[in-house]
Amino acid sequence: MTEQGYNFAYLDEQTKRMLRRAILKAVAIPGYQVPFASRDMPLPYGWGTGGIQVTAACIGPDDTLKVIDQGADDTTNAVSIRRFFERMTGVATTEATAEASIIQTRHRIPEEPLVDGQILVYQVPIPEPLRFLEPRETETRQMHALSDYGVMHVKLYEDIARMGRITTSYNYPVMVDDRYLMSPSPTPKFDNPKMSMTPALQLFGAGREKRIYAVPPWTEVVSLDFEDHPFEVQSWDRPCGLCGATDSYLDEVVIDDLGTRLFCCSDTDYCSRRRAAGHAGVGAPAGYPGAAS
Amino acid sequence: MTIQMPSDGPLLQVQGVSKRFGRIHAVDEVSFDVWPGEVLAVVGESGSGKTTLLNLVAGRVPVDGGAVLYRSKDRGLEDVAVMDEPRRRHLARTEWGFVHQAPRDGLRLKVSAGANVGERLMALGHRHYGRIRGTAADWLGRVEIPLDRIDDLPETFSGGMQQRLQIARNLVTAPRVVFMDEPTGGLDVSVQARLLDLLRNLVTELSLAVVIVTHDLAVARLLAHRMLVMQRGRVVELGLTDQVLDDPQHAYSQLLVASILQG
Repeated sequence: MTEQGYNFAYLDEQTKRMLRRAILKAVAIPGYQVPFASRDMPLPYGWGTGGIQVTAACIGPDDTLKVIDQGADDTTNAVSIRRFFERMTGVATTEATAEASIIQTRHRIPEEPLVDGQILVYQVPIPEPLRFLEPRETETRQMHALSDYGVMHVKLYEDIARMGRITTSYNYPVMVDDRYLMSPSPTPKFDNPKMSMTPALQLFGAGREKRIYAVPPWTEVVSLDFEDHPFEVQSWDRPCGLCGATDSYLDEVVIDDLGTRLFCCSDTDYCSRRRAAGHAGVGAPAGYPGAAS
Repeated sequence: MTIQMPSDGPLLQVQGVSKRFGRIHAVDEVSFDVWPGEVLAVVGESGSGKTTLLNLVAGRVPVDGGAVLYRSKDRGLEDVAVMDEPRRRHLARTEWGFVHQAPRDGLRLKVSAGANVGERLMALGHRHYGRIRGTAADWLGRVEIPLDRIDDLPETFSGGMQQRLQIARNLVTAPRVVFMDEPTGGLDVSVQARLLDLLRNLVTELSLAVVIVTHDLAVARLLAHRMLVMQRGRVVELGLTDQVLDDPQHAYSQLLVASILQG
């Protein structure tokens, strides 16, 4: 039910206008971090304050909202943010990727391809991809202004020098539209290729760092790499234990006190849909939720 | 701007450069030339404006007056003082080098020695890991850092090794002029001697032009062809190193030379 005494979507209209101006600017300059006057939200920094503000600025009464955390619709953060918007807007919510018009996410891009008209809102902890290499904000801004990004490869070099391959597996730096270096937020690099040339609008909100950036539809997003160490995504040597999918990002879950492990889709909607369609995996023990019966 | 042929004239022409910090004239109308392959030492006591002068000439600090003309490979004479930032950064990592007194200012202490040397190459668009690493290994060898330290962090290196790593990091793109700010400061005498020896060999081998700031006249005598003595932001004497050290003309130079401890 909708809460009385609050404006639609919690924030006041002037705040939403401010946010929309920042979002429009971000869309106009793909990958560029636009500063905005981040508000205090009724949850702690790091829990998605940036994403919530972006969603609040975009959402209308006719929207259908999906919220995922690590790919799942039923984790604490996803449940509480979805409930927050149910109470503050009364909009319809869904777990089905295809039915959602706005998807707020932490860490994952749904396995099901996004379509024209959908908005994917990312919660971003650290928007500056150069931050750990260059602590000075004045300098990182100048580096962005001049496209002076050579130092980013130093990090990838370090990975190879230490581990023999590029071990950066999440928050993997990307070039947007051949101009701005961008942090894709802590999404696994498995999802990086999905960011490129997608028909959906991708918005990124960092509440504590007060930055919004965007990847407009049909924009090229390229993951950095070396000629002799090309970019590659994670792969698994087994299919999902629940639905048998071989093309999805798998979570490793310890399912009993003996340390038995289950590899299953992190995208719960994708996995349950496949199971409903009759697919089954072989990894789950009998009695485990979702096991083939 | 006049364009000259690359083989023609000095590499750097510093013309009446000034810098004020409030009421203090840190550098006051200083002029000098640096020729290809020449080592010029800038000496003087603390506070005489040596380091500020070096920063002005290297384009790291904006000048208040005067011009710093650098003769680049591709564009001829360019004024560093009014150069745009992308061009300055490009020159700074191709044709110039800058060796800081404190290694932490010139190195990334949290990334490996190999990455420190390779950084300039990556900044210039090199994208082949194997070749970058090969070049880095080659340069570590040339500055006498054992190859098995290539993946170690510079913060685990001794002061002398850090300084040699800084030099390798600068020389990897074969610069034409290297600016050095007290490169031997804070090192003990035996390490200092080894570093100076290395520097002298590299300078000859690569026919580098060097502007080296030092308060140590022994360093100047060992490395420099010419010497520039500064006092309170002004040049009081400029000449061949031996000439200045053996027959100083200005009262302040005489004082400096007389202050050398006799062993």
